[in-house]
Amino acid sequence: MSHKVIIPIGPYHPLQEEPEFFRLYIEGERVIDIDIVIGYNHRGIEELSEHKHFDQVAYLVERICGICSTSHPFAYVNAIEDLAHIQVPERALYIRTIIAEMERIHSHLLWLGLAGHFIGYNTVWMWAWRYREPILDCFEMITGNRNHYAMMKPGGVRRDILEEHISPLKKTLDELNKATDMFYGAVVDDPVIKARLKGIGILTKEQARNWCVVGPTARASGIDIDVRRDDPYGAYDRVDFNVIVEKEGDIFAKTLVRIKELYESIRIIRQCLDKMPKGEIETKIKEIPAGEGIGRVEAPRGECFHYVRSDGTNRPIRHKIRAPSYMNVASNKIAAVGGTISDAAITLAAVDPCYCCTERCSVIRKKDNQKLLTGWDLIKLSQEKTEKLKKEMGL
Amino acid sequence: MNLKLKALTKSIWVFHAACSPCNNCDIEVLDLLTPRYDVERFGIILAGSVRHADALLVTGVPNYKTAQRIKKLYEQAPKPCFVIAVGSCACGRNMFRESYNSPCNLDEIIPVDIYISGCPPKPEAMIAGIVKLIKKVGSSKGY
Repeated sequence: MSHKVIIPIGPYHPLQEEPEFFRLYIEGERVIDIDIVIGYNHRGIEELSEHKHFDQVAYLVERICGICSTSHPFAYVNAIEDLAHIQVPERALYIRTIIAEMERIHSHLLWLGLAGHFIGYNTVWMWAWRYREPILDCFEMITGNRNHYAMMKPGGVRRDILEEHISPLKKTLDELNKATDMFYGAVVDDPVIKARLKGIGILTKEQARNWCVVGPTARASGIDIDVRRDDPYGAYDRVDFNVIVEKEGDIFAKTLVRIKELYESIRIIRQCLDKMPKGEIETKIKEIPAGEGIGRVEAPRGECFHYVRSDGTNRPIRHKIRAPSYMNVASNKIAAVGGTISDAAITLAAVDPCYCCTERCSVIRKKDNQKLLTGWDLIKLSQEKTEKLKKEMGL
Repeated sequence: MNLKLKALTKSIWVFHAACSPCNNCDIEVLDLLTPRYDVERFGIILAGSVRHADALLVTGVPNYKTAQRIKKLYEQAPKPCFVIAVGSCACGRNMFRESYNSPCNLDEIIPVDIYISGCPPKPEAMIAGIVKLIKKVGSSKGY
């Protein structure tokens, strides 16, 4: 029983933002400690940004993460506009908000699908990703690309939402609302999902505060923070929406927060489409003065923060970026410890630096006998637990 | 075409290795498995280990930490093995060419058979790329 086993997981993950490396210390079935090693995804973006001019940086920061590829440019243009005191046209603010919320929908659906896959419900994966496709189609219609939309530019947006885009978008939202009803029902009513997710990977309010988690991870632990409401940017102060907060802090609460946020995002987009005024979509910027500015955005995973300092030339001399996962990943240290190995896959995924561990993961006995456990085995363990539970419940 | 290659082109098992991507090509690769594109009907699935795979699919720009690992992965793969570079980063390092942490192109580390460019390439483009690869292998004698 007291064999201490180390499970290295990673570093390659096909689904993650960063290929991370986790080292799980196991005693029996329990995880007793966890090491997190990151840096496999370091591309030197902050340094690269200091060699590009202000317009180019928007494209660069878009490529930090493919899933929140509007949040980073959004935070960056907020920082530039804060620096240069630029008034952005009203219509551009609404378009930015619509794009950001569409992104939240696609990101949450993506997480929901992956979470389903980890606990052995591949049906959830397929359904969630099926309903993600129409949103990507809308992105393609409005921006010209399925991902990496390149909509943000300092002073406005690059493309307008045309009259003929609005009715297909509204239709997609109607369908999505129905799909969200289905997901909500499936998650809340399903006894197996409840058994797998309730009470697993708990992050209490106190712990969440100590580890400075942000976004849905914090809101599921009862911390009422949301940059959209607390420090409005874009057109968020002109629309009405609720900040979803759950108290439990377990993975079930995190799932609920994300599903309920889908409804709020749909509401926000509908309001924006109705209220959007006509007019210009960008302000021409002549020069960017010396100074410094900050931009904050509520990305799908939490607060995304950009700081830009300029010395009056056409390049930033310092560009600091803090992505939400930076705070959230560390909280795995609390959430995963004390759980079983079969829950580790879903626990590490719950903060949404989606964890899947398809590849290499080996269990190495401390001294002599080596046993190999691939990433699939870990997922299989998790899936088998669901099967076992199903049988016990007589389903 | 020998028997080995003929078998290889039938249903390609893909091992997906991400060397510091932005995650976008990766979700588009996964998108291929979901109902709209569903490449599983052609026998293409993601393999759990590179030792079981017929093709190594690489996304992202290699950095100092991942470059050596991607080389190791290729060495572990049973040969013949296709290498598919997906996305502009894997094809030619995209905008990270000047980065201090990007030592070389992917094709300087391992031999690449097919380049699918785009940021990210559409799932249709990826399917078209695989089809071209199979045609190319089918028409060549030696490979």
